[in-house]
Amino acid sequence: MTDMLSPGLILIAGAALLPLLRGVWQRGFMLLLPLLGFWQTLTLDPGAQGAVEMFGVTLTTLRVDPLSLVFAYIFHLAALLSAIYALHVRDTVQHVAGMAYAGAAIGAVFAGDLITLFVYWELTAITSVFLIWARREEKSYWTGLRYLIVQVGSGVVLLAGIVIHQHQSGSIAFVQLTLGELGPTLIFLAFGVKCAFPILHSWLQDSYPEATVTGTVFLSAFTTKLAVYALARSFAGTEMLIWIGATMAAFPIFYAVIENDLRRVLAYSLISQLGYMVVGVGIGTELALNGAAAHAFCHILYKALLFMSMGAVLLRAGTVKGSELGGLYKSMPWTAGFCVIGAASISAFPLFSGFISKSMIITASADGGHWVVWGVLMFTSAGALHYLGIKVPYFAFFAHDSGIRVKEAPVNMLLAMAVTALLCVGIGVFPGSLYAILPFPVHYAPYTATHVITQLQLLLFSALAFAVLIRFGIYPVQMKSVTLDSDWVYRRLAPRAVRAVWRRVSALQGRYGKVAARGLNHLLVVVFHYHGPDGVLARTWPIGGAALWVLILLGGFLIVYFV
Amino acid sequence: MITSNLPALQVVVPLLAGPLCVLLRREDVSYAIALLASWASFAMSILLLMAVLENGPISFAFGGWEPPWGIEYRIDSVNAYVLLIVAAIGAIVITYARPSVAYEIEPQRRYLFYTAYLLCLAGLLGVTITGDAFNVFVFLEISSLSSYVLISLGRDRQALTAAYRYLIFGTIGATFYLIGVGLLYQTTGTLNMADLAERVSTVTDSRTVRVAFAFMAVGLAMKAALFPLHIWLPNAYAYAPSVVSVFLAATATKVSVYLLLRVYFTIFGTPFAIQTMGLGDALMPLAILAMFVGSAVAIFQPDIKRMLAYSSVAQIGYMVLGIGIATTVGLTAGILHLFNHALMKGALFMAMGCVFYRLGSVRLEAMHGIGKTMPWTMGAFVVGGLSLIGVPATAGFVSKWYLILAAFERDWWWAAVLVLLSSLLAIIYVWRVIEVAYFRPPSDSAATAAEAPSVMVVPMWVLAGANVYFGLDTRVSVGVAQQAAKSLMDGGV
Repeated sequence: MTDMLSPGLILIAGAALLPLLRGVWQRGFMLLLPLLGFWQTLTLDPGAQGAVEMFGVTLTTLRVDPLSLVFAYIFHLAALLSAIYALHVRDTVQHVAGMAYAGAAIGAVFAGDLITLFVYWELTAITSVFLIWARREEKSYWTGLRYLIVQVGSGVVLLAGIVIHQHQSGSIAFVQLTLGELGPTLIFLAFGVKCAFPILHSWLQDSYPEATVTGTVFLSAFTTKLAVYALARSFAGTEMLIWIGATMAAFPIFYAVIENDLRRVLAYSLISQLGYMVVGVGIGTELALNGAAAHAFCHILYKALLFMSMGAVLLRAGTVKGSELGGLYKSMPWTAGFCVIGAASISAFPLFSGFISKSMIITASADGGHWVVWGVLMFTSAGALHYLGIKVPYFAFFAHDSGIRVKEAPVNMLLAMAVTALLCVGIGVFPGSLYAILPFPVHYAPYTATHVITQLQLLLFSALAFAVLIRFGIYPVQMKSVTLDSDWVYRRLAPRAVRAVWRRVSALQGRYGKVAARGLNHLLVVVFHYHGPDGVLARTWPIGGAALWVLILLGGFLIVYFV
Repeated sequence: MITSNLPALQVVVPLLAGPLCVLLRREDVSYAIALLASWASFAMSILLLMAVLENGPISFAFGGWEPPWGIEYRIDSVNAYVLLIVAAIGAIVITYARPSVAYEIEPQRRYLFYTAYLLCLAGLLGVTITGDAFNVFVFLEISSLSSYVLISLGRDRQALTAAYRYLIFGTIGATFYLIGVGLLYQTTGTLNMADLAERVSTVTDSRTVRVAFAFMAVGLAMKAALFPLHIWLPNAYAYAPSVVSVFLAATATKVSVYLLLRVYFTIFGTPFAIQTMGLGDALMPLAILAMFVGSAVAIFQPDIKRMLAYSSVAQIGYMVLGIGIATTVGLTAGILHLFNHALMKGALFMAMGCVFYRLGSVRLEAMHGIGKTMPWTMGAFVVGGLSLIGVPATAGFVSKWYLILAAFERDWWWAAVLVLLSSLLAIIYVWRVIEVAYFRPPSDSAATAAEAPSVMVVPMWVLAGANVYFGLDTRVSVGVAQQAAKSLMDGGV
């Protein structure tokens, strides 16, 4: 029985138990959960298992193969690191939401059919929104609501796609699909929303920076990477993805450069990095898919590390606006150090994790002859250093001293960051350990002379450009602002439209509303009159009256039978 | 030897253990006896169910008098299943009972409580197990008389009038049943159910048989508390001691519904009951009224035990609806809900027992903020409540699912819609309690309350857990219910 149990369920069930525990027990149990799940993952046999017969369909709740395993490993790792990072938080809601969210993502990765995928897909949405709401502010409430609408909307589209697909092909298997028919197209679209495809992306940079300090770390790990996994599973080698991915990789750079909120900068760079993975999936060769999986693995780690360091800054300094920070390295030296390691990883410095995964995708694009895409990716790679690798640590920890003096981050946060940083460097130095768990055998050596030199040249010139821009004061000034992009549609346009419709409706309401309200009121009064505590149906009837009913019923029976 | 006498022991053990308590007169010894006898019954019911599933129906002739002359105990998949429900609830409730009994019943009466409890259990088991129509009446009276005693032990003075009311209607119901049996005996000259089934089918044109049918239908509907014959139920459940409410809510009406099935489908036979007498059409409107009126009244009740009692009226509506649909799937849904409703109402009334144990009240205004101080108790209430609503992954969902399936199978889509609508009402009355318990600042009594003792919490969570377990793993519950429904539709005994 236990060998058919999805590790995700362990985390979800454990999360449900968390509210019952207190203090140290709760925290200890929370750390134990990802370990238990991981242990369960290690004991799983490859192949499709956990068949559940439900309403005439056989669900495969557990499909174990190299692709699902690599994502399961990193999800467990991310859950553990995020849990350590969140250990000081005294808010059971966040702990439950975080663990259940991680469990749902892991369950989705192991899903062998589309129905199971859908269930976990929706569960990730419903659990993760609490990480945003847990900030308990008016603004985060509305942000959370927008996030939930988009995420659940993606689930609804997915369900529609699944139903149509099942109707046409008779299959609900979660396997390679081909675009063209309506069903797979809808499924593709649903994946695209979670994967933050261009134009569909704005929920991401809207919501992640609004979540709690620790919640963002959870959020950054699971939802989008789950979508990458789903794409790799069902749409590997779809050419459209190459172009979508290239666009995703390039356009956020411009937003990231002018953005002031550093956690939002990270959110934009997350989209850019996702673009690499999408390109990898789109190319669809073994090397490219390996690259996508490896990049997801590394990216979860260093993006978590960056969000952790910015979270620590937010916790201590109370803001992550580039314009208000600076000089923090004096008071938060460890955090600053870890942030620099994360920045080096995302910029793909040799000996850091980003280097060994990003280059796989870039090489795969060159091998496939996608020269335009190759150029875009190289350009983005240089940009990554520019807008993130240097900008984030520079404005937060160095730059002109803002005079903010705070305490170093809490011990558990430092510990989480230290372990994550260690992993980033470790994978960069010993890529073999990561390559060993990738879906396909790896025949790729990242550390060749050409490769290292090319990358260093790229990085040096990018750094030079940054230095020049700063020196001559041409760098876009960090301003307090909210950058609008495609979220303009629902931040500005949609409310305007809704308001216009609402005016019409309320006009109608003025006319007919009173009648309707009176009718409803009347109905309630009548219901209460008969059913309320003193109503005739709730009263204790006198025995005689009640016995009369018996006679009436018996008489009724007899009359019917005799006539 | 033991195995061949299991059917007799199933009833005899609790029946003899009861008087033993009176002889010994000591509370602790009585409790030990009751505990032992109840768990022994539970074990025997498991063995019986397994034997029946393996080898088919068991027939046991009392005193060596072969049926149809002697009294026969006859166990097939239908009543083996109901036996298991009753015995399981009986065992779990007695495990839970001790602190609650000590709190609510005066010391010198406690041994009487255990006596009456055992007799009631024996009576309910007897009604279920016997294959003799008159013997049913005897056991019906044993269980009824002992439950009047149990209800009257309640602290509230209203418990006495509630018990008295129940006595009158219980007696009317049982008498109607007896009149029906008498009329059948007059026509056929036999009391054995299998024998009756054979002979009734040859004399279905007789007016005597039809009158017997009417009397038995009304009498049993009364015992099962089918709307509008439910008036005895809310007060009986509300004013009885908490343990009694749990036990009766989870078993007594279930046994009556079982008996209803037995009489309609086995004695009178499916074709006669459904086609000739139009039973489905007669039950349908009553079931639907029960679903809505019961739920609507429950919404406005300030006393939560009373609210749960009215919800029981509604839930009996679901069971009868399944029976009224009168297909194999419909019967499956009805029998399944019999089982699942025992689980959910058991858990819910147990939670109220825990609340009463700490607060001395189960009125809504006393329960403000109780979720903080009694998390386990209210957690079980939430699980039971979700199951009552029929949220997926709980037992309640499974039975509603089959009910809706059955309605669609007969193209009664409106019945499916009505089931869903009445579930919405269940959301309202369950939510009222959850809102008060979790989202209101604690009342004075709730703020100082502690969690109930673990003797009460553990059995309660066993039932709450069973609600989730049987919502996920339906092999046993649905499998047996399907088999039972099939055997009833085929007209076997």
